[in-house]
Amino acid sequence: MNFDPRFSGRQFKSVGTRPIRPDGVDKVTGRARYGADFSMAGQLVGRVLRSPHAHARIRGIDTSKAEQLPGVKAVITAADLPDLTNGDAAMFDILDNCMARTKALYDGHAVAAVAAVDARTARQALKLIEVDYEILPHVTDVDEAMQHGAPLINDAIFTEGLEEKPVKPSNVSKRTQYGHGDVHEGFGQADFIVERSFKTEQTHQGYIEPHACVANVSSDGTADLWVCTQGHFVYRQHCAQLLGMEASKLRVTSSEIGGGFGGKTHVWAEPVALALSRKAGRPVKLVMTRDEVFRASGPTSATSIDVKIGARKDGTITAAEATLRYTSGPYAGMWAEIGAMTAFACYRLDNVKTVGYEVLVNRPKTAAYRAPSAPMAAFAVESAVDELAKELGMDAVEFRIKNAAQEGTRSSYGPVYGPIGIGPTLEAAKDHPHMKAPLGKNQGRGMACGFWFNFGGQTCTDLNIGMDGSVSLAVGTVDVGGSRASLSLVAAEELGIDYSQVKAIVADTSSLGYNDMTDGSRGTFSSSMATISAARNAIKILRERAAQTWDIPVDDVVWEKGHAIARGEKYGNLAALSLKEIAAASGKTGGPIAGHSELVADGAGVSFATHICDIEVDPETGSTRVIRYTVVQDAGKAVHPTYVEGQYQGGAAQGIGWALNEEYIYGKDGRLQNAGFLDYRIPVCSDLPMIDTQILEIPNPNHPYGVRGVGETSIVPPLAAIANAVSNAAGVRMTHIPMSPPRILAAIEAEREG
Amino acid sequence: MRYIRPLSIEDAVGQLAGAAGPAAILAGGSDLLVRMKGGFVEPDLIVDIKLIDGLSEIRETAEGFSVGATVPCAALRENAPLKKAWPGVVEAASLIGSKQVQGRCTMAGNLCNASPAADSVPALVAAGAQALIVGPGGKRTIPVEAVPTGPGKTSLARGEIVEAILLPKRAARSGDAYLRFIPRTEMDIAVVSAGVNLTLDEQGVVTAARVALGAAAPTVLLVEEAAEALIGRKLDEAALERLATVCAGACRPIDDKRGTIEFRRKVAGVLARRAAITAYERAGGK
Amino acid sequence: MAGVAVSTTINGDNYEYLCQPDETLLDVLRDRLGLTGAKEGCGTGDCGACSVILDNRLVCSCLVLGAEAEGRTIETVEGMAQGDQLHTLQQKFLEHAALQCGICTPGFLIAAKDLLAKNPDPSEEEIRFGLAGNLCRCTGYDKIVRAVQDAATVMKGA
Repeated sequence: MNFDPRFSGRQFKSVGTRPIRPDGVDKVTGRARYGADFSMAGQLVGRVLRSPHAHARIRGIDTSKAEQLPGVKAVITAADLPDLTNGDAAMFDILDNCMARTKALYDGHAVAAVAAVDARTARQALKLIEVDYEILPHVTDVDEAMQHGAPLINDAIFTEGLEEKPVKPSNVSKRTQYGHGDVHEGFGQADFIVERSFKTEQTHQGYIEPHACVANVSSDGTADLWVCTQGHFVYRQHCAQLLGMEASKLRVTSSEIGGGFGGKTHVWAEPVALALSRKAGRPVKLVMTRDEVFRASGPTSATSIDVKIGARKDGTITAAEATLRYTSGPYAGMWAEIGAMTAFACYRLDNVKTVGYEVLVNRPKTAAYRAPSAPMAAFAVESAVDELAKELGMDAVEFRIKNAAQEGTRSSYGPVYGPIGIGPTLEAAKDHPHMKAPLGKNQGRGMACGFWFNFGGQTCTDLNIGMDGSVSLAVGTVDVGGSRASLSLVAAEELGIDYSQVKAIVADTSSLGYNDMTDGSRGTFSSSMATISAARNAIKILRERAAQTWDIPVDDVVWEKGHAIARGEKYGNLAALSLKEIAAASGKTGGPIAGHSELVADGAGVSFATHICDIEVDPETGSTRVIRYTVVQDAGKAVHPTYVEGQYQGGAAQGIGWALNEEYIYGKDGRLQNAGFLDYRIPVCSDLPMIDTQILEIPNPNHPYGVRGVGETSIVPPLAAIANAVSNAAGVRMTHIPMSPPRILAAIEAEREG
Repeated sequence: MRYIRPLSIEDAVGQLAGAAGPAAILAGGSDLLVRMKGGFVEPDLIVDIKLIDGLSEIRETAEGFSVGATVPCAALRENAPLKKAWPGVVEAASLIGSKQVQGRCTMAGNLCNASPAADSVPALVAAGAQALIVGPGGKRTIPVEAVPTGPGKTSLARGEIVEAILLPKRAARSGDAYLRFIPRTEMDIAVVSAGVNLTLDEQGVVTAARVALGAAAPTVLLVEEAAEALIGRKLDEAALERLATVCAGACRPIDDKRGTIEFRRKVAGVLARRAAITAYERAGGK
Repeated sequence: MAGVAVSTTINGDNYEYLCQPDETLLDVLRDRLGLTGAKEGCGTGDCGACSVILDNRLVCSCLVLGAEAEGRTIETVEGMAQGDQLHTLQQKFLEHAALQCGICTPGFLIAAKDLLAKNPDPSEEEIRFGLAGNLCRCTGYDKIVRAVQDAATVMKGA
């Protein structure tokens, strides 16, 4: 396959328009089927028993009473999910997280499960399972977990990445370092230095649809799994490996997905549902409750970050340093490392050093959440940058523009940037009317920048042309927010036909080759690349069929505006053949016409954004109100601009929630106290203003249309932008996220008392 | 488990009193169903009182208003006379949960759920509302503040039902107001709250006052000292300052997931002050 | 546990079912009647994804017992379109891309229908507070509010 992914400037006909999404009508009429909307004949109800303890050794589990309850068809424990991971430590962690083996490692950790004829019987059965726990000391705070003498979560963890292997185990699984130059020397050149410590609390992706699946294992060794997921191919691999199945015998269908944001990239309930179905010999539907979603799925890391930045009087940053400690739940992770990579990615720095520590705690296993790890690092860095600008007496935007990375800059995490959008987003923010709008009493304005890598990955797509000339597009990335519309636009663009002639679907794992997880903002980037490739392969066949019809060499046939055209004077009398005409004749010219594509979508263009916000603080209560919010972000090329705006707005809203009110609150007993939407406070409609967006298009040179991922970057700047706005409004620097009213009021009072 | 829908209050009382196991009254259900879902209660008998004659009515009487036990809070703000007489009570009831919850929840249920953070209760206490209770021993009327005795606990005896909430007839130049603090703008439980009810004389001097605080102690607090700070004065700055100080001092709050002791104390005073200003304006004070 | 026999009207049609005393209306709609448009996001009345209109009152169907539906009238998202003719709100949600994942959409549509029935000309603030019982995690609400504003304009003119 000779696919050329390089950007070529072209005029677009379909791409950049805003048609109604193909799955829209089903979603406004209630017909769309999500995870919990599917049922099978004879299906049982699965329920999971979870540890009420933050840390406890499981001395024994007696399931006999539950098994004897009429209507119970299967009870499983870790013994029913034996370790088949064969030394693969990451897979073992997934297995142990799905069903605790020797220890329960957090409040909510699964320890057993049942399948019964109805929900009530299943609930009763859970109560009859007797677990003998030996309660162990626990630790949930990131800084406390790093201290000597902290309760040890896993005595096989010895910190990696140190010059010498430590002699004792600890809760720090890994140390990583990024950067270049000499920060010591750089700080020596600085006239001003800002040094501060920050904390952020753990948040949840907060998708409205709880995890749900229906598993059906047959005694012949084949199985079906219906599930809401961001990556059914990865789920198939993981489930097959954990259950000892051949991947091809497990067919996974991704349902409509009711939000994921990174949280539906990990298996939790699915291997359990399959194990229950295998044991019961019947289909099992397993749907998490909201309480379970909070206690046992998600969340992101809690962090503790130290930042030091120095600059000369002229505003040039001379050195930047950060130490980042991120919780990973009770298993080893790589979250601090990502934070360490992204922390200073917006800037052009001669001397930069970041160090990350992965910290184990008795909290749920950390999962990806939209640009995972980047928002916390950006909060710390962009807060310090703002403070440094103040000390220098420089405008916060000008200071950033002066130090912004550009094409050719060596990034703080290593690679040299191609064409990038940080400078343009800052210039656009500077010129935005929002920046000049007057502020009222107790109001403050803040701004901040954010970076995300974006990802490409393995992608497989089929494009089939029906005999009526309509096109079905089967993709393997999941549609998390309108990608079937954008991919249909891309297919229409490439083939030169109308959007309405294309119907895109998400294919199951048995109908299409492997696709990586739909993460890293890769859905539209990578599947559009594969769609373009598949369309070009189909066009090749369409040209061949036309050439055959005309009996001329295929090299003389070109494809333009949905038609095969014979090129050259000598063919002057040949009328162009439309896609529809070629398709209609396909039965007689060689059979079905299709284009396939299997590729690794390399070259995902990095993405930058700048956000501006105005916040009003009630100085008597610490209450905040978001008055105005503006997002400026580089999309490379916005395929369906409305859904690009939607990604910008949604990311900003999640960031606003994180900045102001969302947090996991643990009691002294290590139990999660706010496992519900009442006390885990995601923004409601009346909390937010309209969120203005400005789409910049700095083409990604590694995509035919210049597309970059757009999904994640928008959650990176808000924590910092809001912290800067609150700090400006309240007259006191906020260093702890979320900036809940009690924290703001306490900070104001402390400042007042000096 | 059994679900029944008696047609008379006597039958409901009899069923509740005669139940062998745990029984629950279902009015709006917005607390009961959540507690059942969480496994916190498992009643053997659910007595749905919504079909009982008269319980779903708001009646204006010679003594004031009678709000039936099954009147959803959404119906309160649709009742113009009630809204005019007791705007603070209606705004408090209109803050419970969401529009969806207000389509179900009732003031009687809010009272009997006995949460110290119940939104309608401080406003009712400030209003001097009474609970009309029917039980095996007949009818009795008690001040609403005598119903909850602690978080989740009430003074109601087995078989007793709050049939209606009674709001007194409004004196001239009276106004009430309720404010609560929540981190979001909607969909939250009060972190701390204040209800203030004032009557003025023709000169704008406060002649009667009741001040109640929510989420500040195990039950809603009626702060008599706060009322004294206002009575005989024109809501000048000194009176407001004294009100805020007294309210902050009267709090016996706890640290929990929703707020800290310090925060609740401080904000209780702020809210009482702000609610007093609104109540004063509503009473025609200037 | 004795089943309760219920006869009720949903989207204008009569339905009869047996349910358990502790079964919610949401469970009945989804699991017994196959009306899966209403979604369970929380089960505790905090997200609004299960919103239905019960005798002209907007409620969370997870906070209503199936047994309580006896003799009452229920509207769900499945009843909004007339044949293949979408309700104005449904059409405007599509045009404004007021949905990304779409799981909250049925609840928002029902809540917005109830809102506009009671207040045909709401301000932005009234829309925002009127829909505050419905959580959306994808859109930041911007496009939802705009869709409702546009629908209100069209419906007033109708």
